[in-house]
Amino acid sequence: MVNLNAEEKSIICSLWGKLNVEETGGEALGRLLVVYPWTQRFFDSFGNMSSSSAIMGNPKVKAHGKKVLTSFGEAIKNLDNLKGAFAKLSELHCDKLHVDPENFKLLGNVLVIVLASHFGKEFTPEVQAAWQKLVSGVANALGHKYH
Amino acid sequence: MVHLSGEEKTAIATLWGKVNADEVGGEALGRLLVVYPWTQRFFDSFGDLSSATAVMGNPKVKAHGKKVIDAFSNGLKHLDDLKGTFSSLSELHCDKLHVDPENFRLLGNEIVIVLAHHLGKDFTPKVQAAFQKVVAGVANALAHKYH
Repeated sequence: MVNLNAEEKSIICSLWGKLNVEETGGEALGRLLVVYPWTQRFFDSFGNMSSSSAIMGNPKVKAHGKKVLTSFGEAIKNLDNLKGAFAKLSELHCDKLHVDPENFKLLGNVLVIVLASHFGKEFTPEVQAAWQKLVSGVANALGHKYH
Repeated sequence: MVHLSGEEKTAIATLWGKVNADEVGGEALGRLLVVYPWTQRFFDSFGDLSSATAVMGNPKVKAHGKKVIDAFSNGLKHLDDLKGTFSSLSELHCDKLHVDPENFRLLGNEIVIVLAHHLGKDFTPKVQAAFQKVVAGVANALAHKYH
């Protein structure tokens, strides 16, 4: 469970309300695939990922990024029970998708970087701290059912 | 050693030319102390670190941030020999300062976040990828003399 106080929860929800899930999700996933190219191995069916432009413009990357960040939105409604909220996704990523859970930390980190680049002054150190706790909690929850 | 293409080296030099390095240093160190509060243990003599505002406004934090980023800037001029460049600093951080080398990765990450924050759209995925290679290389070089 991630321990967020009331102020941190409010900070998280406030920023969430301002972001474009589709754009942010697509950009975060795209940047993951560019910065950590080995992650492309999980997305063989996505087509052209031969360059940074190809990745960032790839419609399947954008669509999947949106899917990923939409489920992140579920986390925000269940901050007191992230492990429960992500139990099924954790099993899926372990049993079917075989994703190394280290990648959840990498994606969480890339998400923070995207938020920093989009939000400028609003992305204060306190906002960053709250979001970094959240992405870390989500990464842990996604790793929780691994065996 | 960090392997950067000619294009990546140019991108890094261009990006570094656009930022106020001193500000980046102070902000990255400040954010490290806010987001990962246990890191404050290395800076007992810095005075008031009791809140995000106190940390970010603390003159000793800013001064030390500048010192750190000056060393980092020096690293940028010696990308082909980071281990040599940071050899003395690596020994210092191990033998005298007793800093867990994981913290170098955390600080490198903060530098990336601050750059994203300051540069917005200019912090493209390609530039991010190049810079993340550099901060990883610097962190490894700083850990290299640990025993």
